[in-house]
Parts: sequence; C-alpha cells; structure tokens
Amino acid sequence: MNKTINQRAWLFVIPVFILVAFNAVVPLMTVVNYAFQETFANNVFTWEGTRWFKQILRSDRFHAALGRQFMFTGVILLIQIPLGIAIALSMPKKGIGVPICLVLMSMPLLIPWNVVGAMWNIFALPEIGFLGHSLNDLGFDYNFTQQIGDAWFTTILMDVWHWTSLVVLLSYAGLQSIQPAYYQAAEIDGASKWAIFRYIELPKMKKVLTIAILLRFMDSFMIYTEPFVLTGGGPGNATAFLSIDLVKMALGQFDLGPAAAMSLIYFFIVLLVCWVFYNLMMRNEEQK
Amino acid sequence: MSKITLKNLSHSYLEKQNSNVDWALRNINIDWRDGGAYALLGPSGCGKTTLLNIVSGLLNPTKGKVLFDNEDITLKTPVERNIAQIFQFPVIYDTMTVYDNLAFPLKNRGMQENEIDARVKEIAEMLELTKILNNRASGLTADGKQKISLGRGLARSDVNVIMFDEPLTVIDPHLKWVLRSKLKELHQKINRTMIYVTHDQTEALTFADQVVVMHEGEIVQTGTPVELFEKPKHTFVGYFIGSPGMNILSCEIQNGIAAVDGVKISTSSTIKQKSNFSKIEIGIRPEFVSFSKEGIPVKIIKVSNTGRHKIIDTECKNGKIKVLSRSSKEIPSGSAFLSFDKKYTYAYGDSRIIE
Repeated sequence: MNKTINQRAWLFVIPVFILVAFNAVVPLMTVVNYAFQETFANNVFTWEGTRWFKQILRSDRFHAALGRQFMFTGVILLIQIPLGIAIALSMPKKGIGVPICLVLMSMPLLIPWNVVGAMWNIFALPEIGFLGHSLNDLGFDYNFTQQIGDAWFTTILMDVWHWTSLVVLLSYAGLQSIQPAYYQAAEIDGASKWAIFRYIELPKMKKVLTIAILLRFMDSFMIYTEPFVLTGGGPGNATAFLSIDLVKMALGQFDLGPAAAMSLIYFFIVLLVCWVFYNLMMRNEEQK
Repeated sequence: MSKITLKNLSHSYLEKQNSNVDWALRNINIDWRDGGAYALLGPSGCGKTTLLNIVSGLLNPTKGKVLFDNEDITLKTPVERNIAQIFQFPVIYDTMTVYDNLAFPLKNRGMQENEIDARVKEIAEMLELTKILNNRASGLTADGKQKISLGRGLARSDVNVIMFDEPLTVIDPHLKWVLRSKLKELHQKINRTMIYVTHDQTEALTFADQVVVMHEGEIVQTGTPVELFEKPKHTFVGYFIGSPGMNILSCEIQNGIAAVDGVKISTSSTIKQKSNFSKIEIGIRPEFVSFSKEGIPVKIIKVSNTGRHKIIDTECKNGKIKVLSRSSKEIPSGSAFLSFDKKYTYAYGDSRIIE
C-alpha cells in the first residue's frame, strides 16, 4: 500500500498533546522527579536512584498498609458484588416500582465522599450516634473510635452503603437487556431458577459485571476521603489504607522522596491488577 | 402427541377492554389434528405470536380454553404441557457446548445419563451438528444457533407440539431455503404436530398442510394453500396471499347482479337484492383476468415484465385492476377491455365472501 506522507497531520494532534501534557504527564513527571531524588529547601535536588523504591518495598509500614488495602478491597468486593446482583435480581422489571427503586438506589451515589464520611461518623458515634448508641443499648460493646474490629466494621458498612448501588444499577441494566425469549425458552426447557441464573443471567451480565468489579476495585483501592473523615486511619493505624498512609508520609512527615516512590508503586499496582483482571475476563470473548 | 383445540379464545393485554381494538385476539376457535403441519400467517401485530404463546402456556388467555386431547390445560405451565417452542431469535445457552445445549431440556427432566447421550447424538445427526458437538455454542453463526434451538425443541421425544415463532427471520436468504426444507423433512420423519408462525406467505404455504390466516386478532380463513389461493373468504386473504394480491373493486348491485362501471359481472356468489352490507366489493385474482373484445373498459397504465409473466396495471372507473399474463402474450396498449373468469370471481359483503 502506498500511503501519502503528510506530516502536517501532526498539527491536529497538538491540542490534545498539550491538554494531556498539562493534566497528566507534567504532574506525573513531578512525582517521578521526586521519586528518584532527595530534596531540601530552595529546590536543591540530589540524585538518589532507586533508593526510595527499595526503602518502600522493604518497609513494614508499606507492607502493612498494602495488606490492609487488599483486605479492605477484597472484603467490600465479596460483599458488594453478590449483594448488588441479588438486589438487582429482586428489583421489579416494570411498573411504577422501577423508577422508585432506581431513584432510591441512586441516592447514596449522589452524596459527596466527605459528607458520607461525616454522616457515618456522627451516625456511629457510641455516645450520640443512632447506630452507635443503639448497638450499645442492645448490649454490644461498640466503639469505632477505640476498637479495631468496630472501626473496620463501620468502614466496610459505610462503603457497602455508599457503593453497592453502583453494582445494582449496572447489574440491573445487564438484566434488563436480556431478551424475554431467553426466559421463555428456559421455562419451556424446564430450567430451575438457579439454572436460569447460572446459564442465562450470569453469562449475559458478564460484561457489566466486569465493569462493575473494575470500577469497584479501583475506587476502593484508592479510597481516601471516607475513612479519613470517619476514622482518620485509626485507631492507631488500623484503618490507614494506602492513600491515607501516603498522605501521612507526604504531607505529615514531608518525606517527599519515599512518598513519590510509594505513589508510583501504588499506581502500578492498580494498573497491573486492572490489566490482569480485564484480560482474564475478556480472554474468552476474543476466542469467538 | 395430541390433538389441540382452542375454544372461544380471546386475549387482551389491557386490564379493561372498551372496544374491539383493545383485544389482541378475538374469539378464536381452532382444531388442530395430531401430527399435522400448520401455519399461522398474518402481518406483524395481527396476534399470531400471542396465539402461539397461549398455546405454549407462556401467556394465560383472558377468555376461553386451550385443550390438549380434550383435556383442559388452559392454566397449566409450559413444562406441564410438555411442548417445545423455537423463537424468532436463536436462544442458546452461551456458556455451554452444543452438546450441553441439546442435553439441557433432558437433564432438567431428570433423564438417565446414557439415554441423554443417545438422544443428543441422534438429534445432532439429524441436524448435521455432530462435528461441532463439543464446540462452544456462542461461537456459531446465526443459522447454526437456530439449529441448536431447533435441536433443543426436538430433543424430547414425547412433546405434544413443536411451535415455531418466525424462526427464519435472522437467517440468510440462501440458508432459509435449506432450513425450511430441513423442517419439512423433519416433520415427515418424526410426524409430530408442528405450528409455524410467520408473516411470509411462501414459508407458510410451503411448510403447512393447513394455513390459518389471521387479521387484526381474528382468524379470517383456515384452509389448504390451494383453497386460500382459489377461494379467499376474506378480502384480506385475497390481498395478503398471492403476488400481486387480489383485485378488490367496489361495485353496484343491479337486480342481484354485480356491476362495475355499468358492466355486469357474473360471479360465483349468489347476491340477494336486499342485503344489509354497508359495502359490497368484487374480488378477482390477477391470474384470472384477461383482455377481451368486450367487458370493463380500462386504461393501461404500466406493464412490468418479471421474466416469467407480465404484470399489467390498469385503471377503470371503480379502481385499479392488475392483470397477470404470460410474458409471451401481446398486450394491447392505451385502452382495452377486461373480462373476469366467473369461477374465480367472488362478491364480498363487508369484506367477507358472499357464498
């Protein structure tokens, strides 16, 4: 094939290039800059190579935060995905119930993160909060500001409350797009409720569920505001997830080098997990 | 295997019905003999799929009864009725292999593993699916998928009836013909009652021994393809079946004889002088109209040659008349006279035939 060579076409790319440069590449490069150098005041930089990366990768503090992060993300995915599917399955398929359910489901999604955190903080306070007070009245020794288990319980409950709706809405959209003929055929084939779910609904929801899991993974892995407002990472470091720990390091201790290295590692973990997961899910699609 | 009877069946998708328009089906009475091949023919929205879903049990009729072998099964589920249905779009279980798809309805009914295996292989052989039995069903083409749907319908050997809801809609034209012959062949082989819903007259007429023509929720005629062609009992049947459809002309009645543009037309119908019809029409198929020295004066508007025959569009005072004649025949130009074959000329009162 003879392609016309016309370098002027690059001119059309320039606006996008500038835009991307300023909103992604330049800020990212600043972080990269910090990650390989040591800095003191007055913009004096000294080259440190991979020192910060080695330090972070070997630090117990990072391991602990990463462990907590995976634990948190794992738990909320295990709860939110099945729960979201279950709610979507039990939602009405037509009639006045549909808009009512959809609006109710969307409500938590519309509330800003810090408001959610503040809401749950007050809601769960053992002395005055409705949840905290009620639990104590029922005889549970509940105090999320002091006890690690309670802090985790509250954080997870808050995230489930805030984000399960997203899984519900996506699953519901997936369910609605299934042709009625599939259900009719299954009815005629004598399929059980479970078989209908396993062989029709779940395979047809696969794509939206992939998106739901990806979104929930990324969001929960990068969660900051809600636990920050709710527990501030405490008690101790019990709920200090990666982002909270990162901010402590960067802005609290002003360890810019290690913090920058940690940011990059953090970023690559998210990227890697998403890439692996997406490819696993889509592997069968391409065989078709 | 059983005889199917529909008694005074009516269905409406609305809670309250104020007029005829609110009914999807109106007063349907049908007797389908065991082992027959039947077609439900009609344009989109005439109620044929509704009727099919009532027979299969996916819908409960508002009024009337469905009987299998004289037993009332109106309120029974599709599983209890033991029927099979093939839908417009191929329905397959994506994550299963072709084999598992075919075995699915059998497994759900708790059949023995070795029986299932034998049956699946037999069906696969019949539908030429043997080579791809272990492939994933989702990777097949539309006609392959539709074959699987068909196979699932055939898998159970004891079904009362197999129903097809426009099964060839998504199939490529050249494969349509292949699958249609396959269906006909299967019907002869397994000799089970089959009901075929379609809006395509060719499909209906080639598949079925008896065709039920539906129009606006009602059955307008039931008969063999020849009956439907030669003696349409409703102007809709005349117009819908045949290509081009029947000529329908408004007419005057003079002393019990129909007349078009003052020319008396003898028909196979006996018209009474005093009738209560709000309109009377004459119907004649283009095949039975010919040019002659006298008759209805017409102007010739257009001649189209289809290769095997010519379709001539003409116009008289009462409307347009199409004429079908062999390609080799000379066609007069300008103005001409038309005569109708009496045997195939009928009078219709309020769209229904006057016998």
